[in-house]
Amino acid sequence: MKSLVITQALLEQHKLSEDEYKKILEILGREPNWTELGMFSAMWSEHCSYKSSRIHLKKLPTTGPRVVQGPGENAGAVDIGDGLCAVFKMESHNHPSFIEPYQGAATGVGGILRDIFTMGARPIALLNSLRFGGLDNANTRHLLKGVVSGIAGYGNCMGVPTVGGEIVFNDIYALNPLVNVFCLGIARKDKIFLGKAAGVGNPVIYFGSKTGRDGIHGATMASDSFDEEAAQKRPTVQVGDPFTEKLLLEACLELMSGDCLVGIQDMGAAGLTSSACEMASREGTGVELELADVPRREPGMTPYEIMLSESQERMLMVAKAGREGEVIKICRKWDLDVAVIGRVTDTGKVVLKENGHIVAEIPAKALADDGPRYDRPSSPPAYQEMLQALNHDTLPDVKDANAALLALLDSPTIASKRWVYEQYDHMVRTNTMVRPGSDAAVLRVKGTNKALALSVDCNGRYCLLNPYEGAKIAIAECARNLACSGAEPIGVTDCLNFGNPQRPEVMWQFVLAIEGLKDACEALKVPIVSGNVSLYNETNDLSIYPTPMIGMVGLIEEADRTATQWFKQAGDVIVLLGRTREDLGGTEYLKVLHHREQGSPPLLNLEDEQAVQACTIRLIREGLVQSAHDCSDGGLAVALAECCVSGTDGRVGAVVELQLDGLRRDALLFGESQSRIVLSVKQEQVEKVLEVAMNAGVRASRIGTVGGSRLVIRVNGDQRAAGCTIDLDVTTVHERWALAIPRALGQD
Amino acid sequence: MNIGVVVFPGSNCDHDCEYIFKDVLGQSVKMIWHKDTLPAGLDAVVLPGGFSYGDYLRTGAIARFSPVMGGVKEFAREGRLVIGICNGFQILLEAGLLPGVMLRNTSLNFICKDVYVKVENAATRFTNRCESGQVLKIPIAHADGNYYTDPVTLAGVKANAQVIFRYCTADGKVTAEANPNGSLDNIAGIMNADGNVLGMMPHPERSAETVLGNEDGRLIFLSMLSAFGKSEQQSRLVGV
Repeated sequence: MKSLVITQALLEQHKLSEDEYKKILEILGREPNWTELGMFSAMWSEHCSYKSSRIHLKKLPTTGPRVVQGPGENAGAVDIGDGLCAVFKMESHNHPSFIEPYQGAATGVGGILRDIFTMGARPIALLNSLRFGGLDNANTRHLLKGVVSGIAGYGNCMGVPTVGGEIVFNDIYALNPLVNVFCLGIARKDKIFLGKAAGVGNPVIYFGSKTGRDGIHGATMASDSFDEEAAQKRPTVQVGDPFTEKLLLEACLELMSGDCLVGIQDMGAAGLTSSACEMASREGTGVELELADVPRREPGMTPYEIMLSESQERMLMVAKAGREGEVIKICRKWDLDVAVIGRVTDTGKVVLKENGHIVAEIPAKALADDGPRYDRPSSPPAYQEMLQALNHDTLPDVKDANAALLALLDSPTIASKRWVYEQYDHMVRTNTMVRPGSDAAVLRVKGTNKALALSVDCNGRYCLLNPYEGAKIAIAECARNLACSGAEPIGVTDCLNFGNPQRPEVMWQFVLAIEGLKDACEALKVPIVSGNVSLYNETNDLSIYPTPMIGMVGLIEEADRTATQWFKQAGDVIVLLGRTREDLGGTEYLKVLHHREQGSPPLLNLEDEQAVQACTIRLIREGLVQSAHDCSDGGLAVALAECCVSGTDGRVGAVVELQLDGLRRDALLFGESQSRIVLSVKQEQVEKVLEVAMNAGVRASRIGTVGGSRLVIRVNGDQRAAGCTIDLDVTTVHERWALAIPRALGQD
Repeated sequence: MNIGVVVFPGSNCDHDCEYIFKDVLGQSVKMIWHKDTLPAGLDAVVLPGGFSYGDYLRTGAIARFSPVMGGVKEFAREGRLVIGICNGFQILLEAGLLPGVMLRNTSLNFICKDVYVKVENAATRFTNRCESGQVLKIPIAHADGNYYTDPVTLAGVKANAQVIFRYCTADGKVTAEANPNGSLDNIAGIMNADGNVLGMMPHPERSAETVLGNEDGRLIFLSMLSAFGKSEQQSRLVGV
């Protein structure tokens, strides 16, 4: 091994602190060489080691009767009956997508797909949660177009439908967009594969693309903040090849249908380093690899480069000894590079050789599990009180409710996302029962009578104003979206996007958000089975809003007992479940009409939430509702407008009458009170629906009727204040909502 | 009916086509790897949608060199049924089994949505269960569906009633607004002169089941069964 002078500069370049370096010396009992230093740097990066978050993540509820695989593996798995599991996870690709939007987003999709099929599951659905700055910014438009075509380019080619997602536009994300990708696959419960290097003497096999010099130190880059120099980091972004990934997917599933495979893991962040040491560490074994046998794109690559390359579409597998031939045959059938590059050992070490000479030797566990853990200081930001203080008396109540509604529908955050999802193949694999554009996507599960509902959600502004309540609401709203499809939530994955954890106010947000997730998951009895943490989301010292993105999976026992959000038929009665309060804090209304992002987020009572959801699921299962739509951004008026114009087969009007009853007009129309769902119900079912709700302790009010060509919402005043009326042609409503994003992009 | 579904590297609607013929319509389906030869005894061959070879070059341009394509050409020359859907249509064009080429969509974007197509010729082995002029709602999902050919070829194709589907409005009007991709003459699907090879950009396999909310595409598959003297009834029984 070549000796190396470890300098302060070298450590800084590798993002290792002095204490961390001391720990490395302790572990090795000597100075590391260049390759070893690089491997520690990658594995002990925030991205791979979760060093700032791990002690807090432990608080999350991860168990339940359906959980087959919890956090710690490539993805989580929950039992959906019929001998099948839903395998899912969500992951971020924020930093690469800012540097190079197309490839950053594309390889994000590639990475999450590999996490799913590595487990033995065939991916059947992708969703994404995106955050951008305002569309009046030319660079944001460039980022949006690049990210959307990157997601489309990869997912479409793979033949995995992108069935849903959500996008929020807010200037806070202008220099740090978020690209979070969710994937779900279906596996047989008895055929789940794990990343373990078991069986001393078994061959370690590399297959997929060749290793190149791209993406070296991607994991370290992803654990860094950004400044003006970010563009110079472009070489750390990988380039995706969805065609090879498609071959890799089919080859993996073919390999897994036999019995030659022992363990398998994809080479994601930190490439060959992470797959080798994690597989060995999980099993308490070691691996010995000959780097000269690793398929390479170019000659002259050093061990450092080979171990830290993040070239895409690569897999590491441990097969049963003597079965190498079968593995090689299947990989060759799919035109993939394949090579036996080593063996499983009992040393507990990752030993790397180059032409027989040892070039690195590190205990696997030290790299994978014994990284630093930090209990970083946390304290509320100085500005928190100012943020939460919102005196309603200083806000004039809405006068022109028509204009206010149209302004909200024109807000890209609320407007139709059709421009985006029409670029995604959302129907391939012929499972998509409910396409993008309803509260949740619904997919049938072939070979069963069941369907799965999928939703992703998070309101970062709520989380800024109150991280605990905001995180609770993210879980509640995701579950509510599923309930509106008649689905019972069975599992959660999260993608926790926060700023720099070395800032006490960011840690304060993080710790409180974890508490919120925990309490909401426990109340709704849904476990978190997988996830990802993305920290250092800050540019030029400005952190993003805390954004704990949630992906949730719901089960529909009988596929034909589901619902969509839009009104179906003139004459149907509109029923509102839940109670409207004066919740104006943190609303989209306050941002769009008053240019303020302030106040306390809406109050969420988890018991009420649970009751409303259970009631909705029951009503849908009993076939008593025609449509169900959750009230979220923009409140009741926006929800009603969406019910009128989001249908796949045309539009329909509605006439609604509301009582002010001591509320402000804007709070009643546009406030974002939680635990509310708009139902439409056939005339003859109304009594039954009201009775079911009453028995469930859920407030249900008959507020109007579907029909006509206008959306009319009449607010009757009280002794305190006058009423107001929204009265708009549905064509106008539709035009404003449907074309807002193309308009903002200059394409209408 | 014995159906062969060709699997190119990058095909991704192969399972969907298999599901329709086997699980929904109860026919016998063989999946044929592109490096293999066509097995004997097939009644029809399906070239499914997807991104053969990643479509990194012109769509279908590499797939036409796949070993299986020799057999597919022979099969077509014998007058037996070949249907190419989406990428399959693009491959049929590149292989010279159908006239014309595909350009990028005029929007330059991938487009996935329901469209309406008008059945221009119902007297074919692929459309005999439709009415002439019938409007079908079938989804598209492609970036290169902008059909183009030279004026002489187009005139011949039209004169021969080889244009099978044209993009139209919900009420059957063939207009520029109803054209999703810039396709010449709103062409969505064409047939060869002998009437045994069909290429279409819309995906009938995605709109052939009630659970997916639309059964219009099923008529194409039922027409193929009818061409072999099978009825829906028989196909259901075979499925049991």
